[in-house]
Amino acid sequence: MITLVLAAIGSFCLLAIAGAAAGRAAVGRYGVYGGCAVLSLLSFGVGLSAIGNPAETLHLPLGIPWIGMHLRLDALSGFFLMLLGLGAAGASLFAIGYGAHEEAPQRVLPFYPLFLAGMHLVLIAADAFTFQFAWEAMSLASWALVLSQHRDPANAHAGFVYLIMAVFSGLAMLLGFVVMAGAQGGFTFEAMRAAHLPPVLAALVFVFALIGAGSKAGLVPLHVWLPLAHPAAPSHVSALMSGVMTKVALYGFIRVVFDLLGGVPWWAATLVLVLGGVTAVVGVLQALLARDIKQLLAFSTVENIGIIFVGLGLALAFRANGFATGAALAFTAALFHALNHTLFKSLLFFGAGAVLNATGTRDMEQLGGLIKRMPVVSAAMLAGCMAISALPPMNGFASEWLTFQAVLLRPELPQWGLKLMIPADGALLALAAALAAACFVRLFGVAFLGRPRSVMAAEAVEADRWTLAAMLGFAGLSLLTGLFPGVVIDLLGPVSQAVLGTRMPVQMTDPWLTTIPVEASRGSYNALLLFAFVALSGGLAAVVVKRLGHGGLRRAPAWDCGFPDPTPMTQYTGASFGQPIKRVYDGLGYVAHDRVDMPAPGDTRSARLISERSDLIWDYLYAPLGVAVGRIATILNVLQFLTIRRYLGFVFAALVVLLLALALWQ
Amino acid sequence: MMADLAIQLVQMTLVLTLAPLLTGLVRKVKARLQRRIGPPLLQPYRDLRRLLGKEVVLAENASWLFSTAPYAIFACTWVAAALVPTFATGLMFSWSGDLIVIAALLGTARFIQALAGMDIGTAFGGIGASREVMIASLAEPAMIMIVFSVALIAGSTQLSVVAEHMLTAHVGLRVSLALALVALLIVALAENARIPADNPATHLELTMVHEAMVLEYSGRHLAMIELGVALKLLLYMSMIACIFFPPGLAGSHAAMPALVLGAAAWLAKLAVAGVALATFEMSIAKMRVFRLPNFVGGALMLGLLGVLLLFVSRGM
Repeated sequence: MITLVLAAIGSFCLLAIAGAAAGRAAVGRYGVYGGCAVLSLLSFGVGLSAIGNPAETLHLPLGIPWIGMHLRLDALSGFFLMLLGLGAAGASLFAIGYGAHEEAPQRVLPFYPLFLAGMHLVLIAADAFTFQFAWEAMSLASWALVLSQHRDPANAHAGFVYLIMAVFSGLAMLLGFVVMAGAQGGFTFEAMRAAHLPPVLAALVFVFALIGAGSKAGLVPLHVWLPLAHPAAPSHVSALMSGVMTKVALYGFIRVVFDLLGGVPWWAATLVLVLGGVTAVVGVLQALLARDIKQLLAFSTVENIGIIFVGLGLALAFRANGFATGAALAFTAALFHALNHTLFKSLLFFGAGAVLNATGTRDMEQLGGLIKRMPVVSAAMLAGCMAISALPPMNGFASEWLTFQAVLLRPELPQWGLKLMIPADGALLALAAALAAACFVRLFGVAFLGRPRSVMAAEAVEADRWTLAAMLGFAGLSLLTGLFPGVVIDLLGPVSQAVLGTRMPVQMTDPWLTTIPVEASRGSYNALLLFAFVALSGGLAAVVVKRLGHGGLRRAPAWDCGFPDPTPMTQYTGASFGQPIKRVYDGLGYVAHDRVDMPAPGDTRSARLISERSDLIWDYLYAPLGVAVGRIATILNVLQFLTIRRYLGFVFAALVVLLLALALWQ
Repeated sequence: MMADLAIQLVQMTLVLTLAPLLTGLVRKVKARLQRRIGPPLLQPYRDLRRLLGKEVVLAENASWLFSTAPYAIFACTWVAAALVPTFATGLMFSWSGDLIVIAALLGTARFIQALAGMDIGTAFGGIGASREVMIASLAEPAMIMIVFSVALIAGSTQLSVVAEHMLTAHVGLRVSLALALVALLIVALAENARIPADNPATHLELTMVHEAMVLEYSGRHLAMIELGVALKLLLYMSMIACIFFPPGLAGSHAAMPALVLGAAAWLAKLAVAGVALATFEMSIAKMRVFRLPNFVGGALMLGLLGVLLLFVSRGM
């Protein structure tokens, strides 16, 4: 099977060359995206079959001579490969239609397959060099895609920030691997797994992995690049970056921390729990205030990454205390949410792309009333909004419910940090879920409901069939995984077994396909039955009420308390919708100021409401850092203009210092 | 099995038929406290019949979501109400959803309601939806914290198991339960759009929250929404009763006399709760919108405190 993945990676590289050759021709779009869709479906199948089968390894004489290239396909890689295949197949299908509107396809077509190839290679790499190579390839290809519309200054800035953070993330991962490899240079994952690091070094590796994978995934405070870069890319790439690349980053974290390190002490779990909870709330609050639809979705990705990290933190906490059942439940919940997020976030980005194509804008204040112009896109978006808001019967609720069950599982852990942090995370998750619902009521209500706020929105047309196919497919999958959570939980069983040594009980044998995480008396959930009840009673009510009552229906102008407003400008906007929440949560990651600029009496200019919002993390962490780097660069600037003699002198001095250090070390 | 099914069906019918009566009771008591005679107890039924007899006047630009929403809201609320033990715990389908699911079903109803409020594109609908989600953003996590407190004590999130635990075991007086009760009362007031969070009888548009969202509804659509509102009030009262005041509740596999006793006890509890709600509403003024976060946020903090206490010590 692993050779199939290798073949897929090779074919992606060939497609990249073909894409470069095709240039602006339409055939390139069909060929590249169609090919990518087929190959992604192949890797979906390979991943699915790899979950249940024993691990496969392969050793190729490539890369660093004395190490070679080690590849391995086990249950964990299999699950993420499946997820990658699914997300990439959907994105490629969507791109066949979406790409027709691309201004410069020649800037996208070569890098898109390379991006996919990089992500594939990360998942099957089994030595540090291959992993690092693939990790950087993934970063670089996606960076090129972010810059595909490089003339927009905002995109150039996004690309710059992304490149810095990607380099930083790669460096942190590299340092983690170096520490794990040790002086003997055991760069294969096999050797790292076998080596038992002293606690200090293990802690160091954990921190490096958290920083490296966390910044790639979008963990606060390392998330700043994500809401800039994800919206800047073309929509199918945004879907891949948000829906899939963040999951590949999670894979990196799980591989290093759960598998290679084999568990971490409780303080590390507490750290993950703190960061996860904060990430969830900060992310969703920023999403609630965002005006650009794609930026909103990117911030919401930050939130979901937080939720997944909370699940992983719980798993680490339970594992550190030898509580296997809880660890399996929390780990399964986290991976379930990762799959769900891939499904609904890709769907939402497809919808944002369809809206962008139809109206030419990502600004929700310019939209409105799209539910009538784009009915199918709107229906699929509604499903996505409900799923991401964790509403039953969609899949987002199923994974959130499992996480809550994990929180409630074992209150009597011995460590105080965990005793306080686990319930606090429960509260933060609940807060994030409620705020997410508010956020997506705002998105859907402002962009798709109401009256159109611009000519573009009023004249929008329904998306093409490729887009609709991709969207409806993912909406259907979101509903199905929500209705049958047991299927996913059972699918994750072998993954949890391979990583943790335990798994959740088999769900599909339960009566009525009920989800029972631990035992029936502790709590159970049957989405299928509830959905049937709601649909049945709603339908019944509609029929009965229409029969019994008047039954008539008349169209008339809106009532609006007797003051029907003729202009759509009087509708609630996204900004006014978010204002109460902005005011209530002021200080949580941002500071907002609204002030009225009132002209002096006699002055005829109009009054203005000035709304300002500053991002605390950017202002207090990144801005000072940028200033400091700038200062140091100015000081070191003199080094740029020295004679060759001086430079040689520096090289010699560096050599002496290193040799001295080596001598002292020995 | 058959008995459980019978109890389930009886309960679903009972909550549906009694919900307007409870609303009528609250209105009547409020009126009497204001020294008015007030509308008759059965007025809500008449209102529903009147609404059903009228045609729907639908705004010209309303979409399919607007006319589907009332049924979806009603169905979500009714299914949630069907999962709460009212007079007996032996519900046939109680295992299909726990307390978290009940809270989430009500969340789904609110999500659809808020969207329907924004569908016509009027300023009032937007005001209502925006304030509703602001209040819900605090009330929902508060509810989850209450669920956590109760679940940690009873060892289950399943409401029927919780009720039986509260009924049989020696739970005793606990700080965390007291905190959860206060929090739940606040959440119930906020979620049901009662004073001080919202005024169900308001006619001043700028103070409305829930009423602003349903401003454009008429005829049978409005009837479904009104029925849903009444059901939600009954649901919350039954939930408070079955968790915190379970005496009288018939256990699973209870015999007929116990069931009748359970029903009588439930009706008595509802009557007491209705009078208490009316009295409370009469003795307090509605809050400004931006004071509400303190009120509902207080519930969240109390709930969180209760859960923290339980994580620190099981005996609290």
